[in-house]
Parts: sequence; C-alpha cells; structure tokens
Amino acid sequence: MIRLSPFNVVSLTLGFAFLYIPMVILVIYSFNASKLVTVWAGFSTQWYGELLRNEAFLDAAWVTLRVAIVSSTIATVLGTMAAYTLVRGGKFFGRTLFSGMVYAPLVMPEVITGLSLLLLFIGIGLDRGILTIVLAHTTFSMCFVSVVVSSRLVTFDRSLEEAALDLGASPFEAFRFVTLPIIAPAVISGWLLAFTLSLDDLVIASFTSGPSATTLPMKIWSSVRLGVSPEINALSTILIGLVTIGVISASLATKRATLRQKLDAQVAARPT
Amino acid sequence: MVNDTSFAPWDDPQERPLIRFQNVTKRFGDFVAIDDLTLDIYQREFFALLGPSGCGKTTMMRMLAGFEEPTDGMIELAGEDIAHVPPNKRAVNMMFQSYALFPHLSVWDNVAFGLRRESRDKDAIAERVEQMLKLTRLEKFAGRKPHQISGGQRQRVALARSLAKAPKLLLLDEPLGALDAKLRQATQFELMDIQEKTGTTFVIVTHDQEEAMTVASRVAVMDEGRVMQVATPEQIYEAPNSTYVADFIGDVNLIEGRAKPNGGGAYHINWAEGQAPFEAKSDMVLSEGQRCHLALRPEKVGIQPNKPEEVNAVQGKVLDIAYLGNLSTYHVELSTGQVIKAQTANTNRLSRRDFMWDDPVWVSWSASAGVLLSQ
Amino acid sequence: MGQLERKRGGAPVAMRRLTLITVPYLWLLALFLIPFAIVFKISLSDIALAIPPYTPTMEDGLWALLSQLDFENFVFLTEDDLYWKAYLSSLQIALISTVLTLLVGYPMAYAMARAPEEWRPTLMMLVILPFWTSFLIRVYAWVGILSSEGFLNQFLLWLGIVDTPLKILNTNTAVYVGIVYTYLPFMILPIYAALDRLDGSLIEAAEDLGCSRLEAFWLVTIPLSKNGIIAGCFLVFIPALGEFVIPSLLGGSGTLMIGKVLFEEFFANRDWPVASAVAVILLLILIVPIVLFQRNEQRQAKAEK
Repeated sequence: MIRLSPFNVVSLTLGFAFLYIPMVILVIYSFNASKLVTVWAGFSTQWYGELLRNEAFLDAAWVTLRVAIVSSTIATVLGTMAAYTLVRGGKFFGRTLFSGMVYAPLVMPEVITGLSLLLLFIGIGLDRGILTIVLAHTTFSMCFVSVVVSSRLVTFDRSLEEAALDLGASPFEAFRFVTLPIIAPAVISGWLLAFTLSLDDLVIASFTSGPSATTLPMKIWSSVRLGVSPEINALSTILIGLVTIGVISASLATKRATLRQKLDAQVAARPT
Repeated sequence: MVNDTSFAPWDDPQERPLIRFQNVTKRFGDFVAIDDLTLDIYQREFFALLGPSGCGKTTMMRMLAGFEEPTDGMIELAGEDIAHVPPNKRAVNMMFQSYALFPHLSVWDNVAFGLRRESRDKDAIAERVEQMLKLTRLEKFAGRKPHQISGGQRQRVALARSLAKAPKLLLLDEPLGALDAKLRQATQFELMDIQEKTGTTFVIVTHDQEEAMTVASRVAVMDEGRVMQVATPEQIYEAPNSTYVADFIGDVNLIEGRAKPNGGGAYHINWAEGQAPFEAKSDMVLSEGQRCHLALRPEKVGIQPNKPEEVNAVQGKVLDIAYLGNLSTYHVELSTGQVIKAQTANTNRLSRRDFMWDDPVWVSWSASAGVLLSQ
Repeated sequence: MGQLERKRGGAPVAMRRLTLITVPYLWLLALFLIPFAIVFKISLSDIALAIPPYTPTMEDGLWALLSQLDFENFVFLTEDDLYWKAYLSSLQIALISTVLTLLVGYPMAYAMARAPEEWRPTLMMLVILPFWTSFLIRVYAWVGILSSEGFLNQFLLWLGIVDTPLKILNTNTAVYVGIVYTYLPFMILPIYAALDRLDGSLIEAAEDLGCSRLEAFWLVTIPLSKNGIIAGCFLVFIPALGEFVIPSLLGGSGTLMIGKVLFEEFFANRDWPVASAVAVILLLILIVPIVLFQRNEQRQAKAEK
C-alpha cells in the first residue's frame, strides 16, 4: 500500500480545516451569550429561544419546506421521465433540443434563470407566490435529477428488462418491478438533491416569489446583509446539524448495506 | 531445441552470478512473503519464477525492480548490493503485467520515455527507439496511442519500452497473461528470440507452468515464500525433488508406499496390502520401510488388453476416457480403488478406440519410468 | 396469462412512450425555453414597453414585433463602461478563484487518492458534506471571520503579525476566499475521480524507467489527471462567473461582478431591458466555456470506451 507522505497529510489537514473551521466557529458562537458575535461571553441558548419565537422565521421555514417537498417530488418524477427518455427513448423529433434543455439549466447562472422565469410569470399574468417558486424550483431541479438518474440508467443491464418482458411482463410492469427497484437509489438521491437545491435557493426564489411568500434563504439573506447576527448563527447550527445527521446516517446505511452484501456473498460462497 | 545444452553457467563453479539473493526475507506485517531465500541467477539466463498466486514470486520480482525492500538479507546485482537502491537508479527494467503503457503518449514516446530520462541527445534516442520498434516489428504503429493498437501489439510496446535502456536485467511480470492462447504461444517464441538477440538476462514471473517450461533456461518452483526446486525444465519435469513440484508441473500419478532397498539403487515399493510390490530405481538412498511416493507421468504408463512383460503391471478397469485430440488419457481404477492415469498418443486418424468404459485392462511401466520422492 | 399481460401493456405502448417524452419536454419548453425567448425579446425592446405591466406584443404581427426591436440596450451597455468593467472583472475574479481552487483542491484530491482504501469513503463524505449544507450559510460564515473585528484579524493581532486589523471583508480577496471555499468540492471530486482511476503501475513504470518521484508526477500523474483538472476548473469557473451571493455578501462596493450588476439593475433600477441585455451577454460569454466543457466530457467518455 502507498503510504501518505507528510505533504499529503499536511494538505489534507489544512484542506479540511479550511472546509470545517468556519462552520465550527458558527456553531460555537451560536451558543454565545453576548450579542456581539466575536466576543465570547459565556454559554447560552437564548438565541435558539429567540429564533423559535420569531414568527417571521418560522413562517419562512414552513414556506420553504412546503416548496421543497412539492417541487422535489414533481422534479423527481419529471427528471426520471426525462432521464428515461434520454437514455432509452431512441430517436425522436427534437431530441437534441430536449437534451440541450435538460443540460442547460445545470450551468445556467441562477440570476438568468430567475430573471427569465419572472418575466414569463409577469407576461402570462401569473400571481407570484408559492406556486411560482414551486414551478421555478421544479424546472431547474428536474434537470439535476435527470442527470443523476440517467448516469445510473446508462450502466443498467438492459437484459434484465428483456428478461422481464420475456417472462410476460408488460413494459410498464418491467419498469415498475425490475427497473425502478434497481435504479431506486439514484432516484432517491435525485430527490434529495432536488430537495436540498430547493431549500438552499436564494436567487431564483427572490426573482419568482411575491410579497405573499418569503422563503427561509430570503429571510436569512435580508438579515445577514446587515452583518453577523447570533440568531442566524443559531439557525445555521440547526441546519448544519440536520444535514450532518442526514449525511452521516445515509453513509452509515450505505456502509451497512455493502457490509451485509459482503457477508451474504461470503455465506453464499461457503461450501454447504 | 532452443535451450542450447552447452549453456549451463549454473554448473560452472568459475561463473559469477548476475543476481544473488542471499538469505532474503520479506515480511509484510506478520505475513512472511519471502522466507530466508537464497538463489543465484546468471548472465544471459531466461529464468522463470513459477508458482501459484501468493507464493511470493511477485514480491521477489518487485524487490529486484526496487519497489519493495527486503526486510533481511542481501540482493546483489553484478556484485553490488542493490537492496536499498531506488527503482529509478537501477539498471533493471520491468515489463508490467498490465503493460502500464502511458495512455497519453504515443507508442514512439512510450519507448523513448526511459531514454529521455538519461538526457541522451535526440538523435541517439531516435536511433535507439527505431531500433527497438524494428526489433518488435512495431514501426508501422509508432504514431498510435496505446488504445489504438491490439493486445499483442501493446505487449510488444511494453517489451520494447523496457528493453530500450538496455538493462542488465529485464523483469517480466506475467507478460503473456492478457493474451489469448494462440497468440500466447507465438509470443513465447518471440520472447525467446528477442532474449537471444539482445543477450539480456530475463526473469519472468508466471503461474503458467507450460509457459515457464517453454521459455525458461531454468525454472524456480516456489511455494509459500520458499523455492522448492531450481532446475532446467527437463529436470523439473523428469526429476522433481518433491511431490509438490511433481504435482505442480504437469500431470502425475502419485503412489504412496514403503521402500525396501534391493541393492544397486533398486527398490521394491510396497504400495498396497496383498499386492505385488512395484520395482523402481533411484539415486536417492532410502532406508528400509521409509515412507515414499512413486511419481509416475501418465505418458510413461502403458495400457494393454493383456498382461504385458513389464516389471510393473497391474490390472484394472477403464473408468474414464479423456480425448484430447493428439492424446487420450485413460483413468484406470485398480482393484484397490486407486486410479492410475495412462496416456497414449493418437497416431492413427479415425482408428477405432482400443478401450471402452469398464473394459478390463493392464497398466504397466518400467522400473526407471517413475521417480521416488521422500518428501 | 402471459399473453393477456402482453396485450394489456401492448396497445398503449406508443401512447405511454409519447407521454414519457411529451410531459418533461413541454415542461421545459414552457418554463425554460420560452422564458428565455422573452428575455431575449425584452433585451431588444425599449424601456417603456418593458415596464410592467409588460405583455408580449406578439398579436401585433411579426413585422410590428421586428420593427420594435433595436439594439439600443446593447449599445448602451457598450457605452457605459460600468458594464465593460463588470464583465472583465467577473472574468478576472472567476479565473483567479478557479486557479486558487485548483491549488487548494489538487493536493487534497491527490492525498485522498493515496489514502488507505478504508479511509476514502470517510474523506469523500467530509468533502461532500459541506455541499449539502446551505450555500448561503457557508458564505455567511466568512463574514464573521473576515470582518475587521473578525476571528482572523483577532488571531493575527494576537500572533503579533499585524498591529492594525486588515481590511479583508468587502474586498476582492474576500470574494476569492468565498468562491474557493464554496466551490472546493466541485474541484476535488472530478480530480479525485481521475486520480483514483489512475493505474498505480504507471507510476511504478515511470520510476522503473528512471523517473524520480517528482518527474513521475509531472510526466504521468498530471497529464493523466488532466481531464479531471479541466472538468473541475469548468465546474468552478462557470458558476463563479455568474455568482451573485458571494460578491454581494463578501465583496465591497468596488467588487464588480456581472451577476450582482444584473440583480441590482433589475431590483434597484428596475431597468428590465438592460438587465435582460446583461443576461444575454453573460450567456454569450458563458457559451464558450460551456461548449469547451462539454467537449472535454465527451472526449473523456469516448476515451473510456
């Protein structure tokens, strides 16, 4: 095995310090008793209390959550359909345009996506609010879902589907009982990605939301523009905590699944 | 026969070996990969390290190349201890099992890679590269990238690249493993040809005993970090020194028994209760009643319908017939339950087979056909 | 039984296939392509026409539509050097931060690829984890660190390296830090993938042929991770070019980036035609790196086959 050189160890240490120190500071100072964010004045959880009493934040969080759940679910369905069409659709009219439209939003600056959608909504006279944010988020996140799912579909062994058809399944049944269970992990990670993108989005939501709907990032944005605030630190800590728990448990689950697979393989290989 | 009988530096006490392993041990943690190994390899030899996977042959090769350092002992190359010399400072080159051709460089640049490291002048490099490409018949492919040529051609590029610096020693790690059977045979002869033309010492690592036997001047059979036998292919095949070697190389019948010296190197082997002993000749000295094995190659065992005049003959019935085209192997079950394999050459086309399943037959061999092994 | 099933699925197959294609297709047409056409159209119209309530004036007929179009807004963009400067400075900031991200990311990706097998999933997770965390919060975290009474300045003062706090926040330096920080995973992952695929025996072969460690790195490792480097650089450069949050939060009044200009033009000045023209030009600038990126990806996919 190749051993890590001192240079490797140093670059890893510094690199991860760079990635994590800002977040650690944020978390620590969310428990600061002082309003002055850079002076430590003892441990306190008062900012969490204040955050929970702040109805504007709670409302924004609720709006964000609803938008994220609805838009990521629609985006997953549409994105999976788009992926299936791109990988399996064969030739159809306007295929190049279609694949262009699927990939373009991935690299499109958010300001442009936001601006163009806003102009559309005004043009057709659609009132801006939760609906328009959902439409906007669905549009760009379905493209991410489509990329995640199609990368799995490309490596999917097509003979499995053919075997299902050979055994009498209809194309839909073949998809439902063979393809979907196998690509499910990709579909789920696509959903998670869409969900996170929606939770996280500031720019597109700023363009497409109306006075009736303010999302959490928009709320955070309007208060951090004025500088560091302990309430935002507390909110950040909660979000970082949720993500950390989510990612770690997901990776533990994957690890356990692979471990179980390995054990099963060992058991299967054992002579009976 | 490519192996010139007069080429036998290992029998000449005046000859200094090119490579000496002296009491070399290599441990990875608790695992002993090489166990106190001593071995000499001579100039111009085509030396094969043969053994199953995990026997330590690859570790030996990597120590010669400089990618591993021995835990104990000395490795000498032309009288110099190279155990701790880094790989880029050794006059040793290696042909990798995966060929390790640089995918971003053309065939020409791959061959020139090592030469450029020596800061030779451009013309000299070009000349040497052309020479190598000619030797390996790759002139036409000089401008191609590795993924644009066939597996056999890649193998030759790897060979040309590792020979370009004219190393004192060339290491070949399973060089033909990735080729199909037909191409492999042709390439074996090509390798021998190139080895002779360049006069370079080759050490080849392989798990394929046929390959080792075909190309090598001497073969070292390895197991669990130790060398079991070092000898020419003929000696390894005809005079293995242990049941392990006899069994590893080719097909063999191993009959266990007890020796009874009969004088003049002749022995009686009692192999089964109530059966006449076998007669065998051996240079080895075995004591009365010592446990031993008689190793008998199937092609030295005859098969007849009637009792022959040979000294060793037993009756049995045909259990299985394996038709291999040029040869047929018969598995004959004796009354003791033991199975003896006998091989006959199929010299006549479409002749009716002499024996069928369950036919009663006699198998027989001469006193000198088998080898007596005490271990 | 089998036949029955087949029949049930057989007839509407064409219909299903059509639905499968049509639904996402129409969605993207309506919510991606048409909005885009509108931006393009507005960028070519007069300010009066574009002020709300704006209605696309298609019903006036094609000629009327075309006769309304003019390039005034683009001419305006070329005349006001704010826009020139914003474009150039966006390019410059994106370029510098891409190089900086590469310098930070490559050694990390390299060390990850050389780390023991059992560590790699954990290291990988550590790289990806920040990516799942709110982008806005990660940028915000630097406000508290880089401000004049922030942690970095306190630390430097305590060390005695400086005696007056450095002004880092609201400068381009802070923007570089922010971009490197938030886009680092995009740089590390493709490079790591390329290095992970790299066959270790190639490095050994190079050493065997007389290379020192460093030479082997330059002659083999770098060229063979080239595709990862290129992919990583584009993945940082393209979004950095249109970045809005980072320059607004960490940059100063002197930090000109086109995304920020567009946002302000739209919300503060309410000049929609100019904002649209800015968007069109930003897109035109992006087309070159996007096409190059696509080509790199395709070449790589082809090479893998």
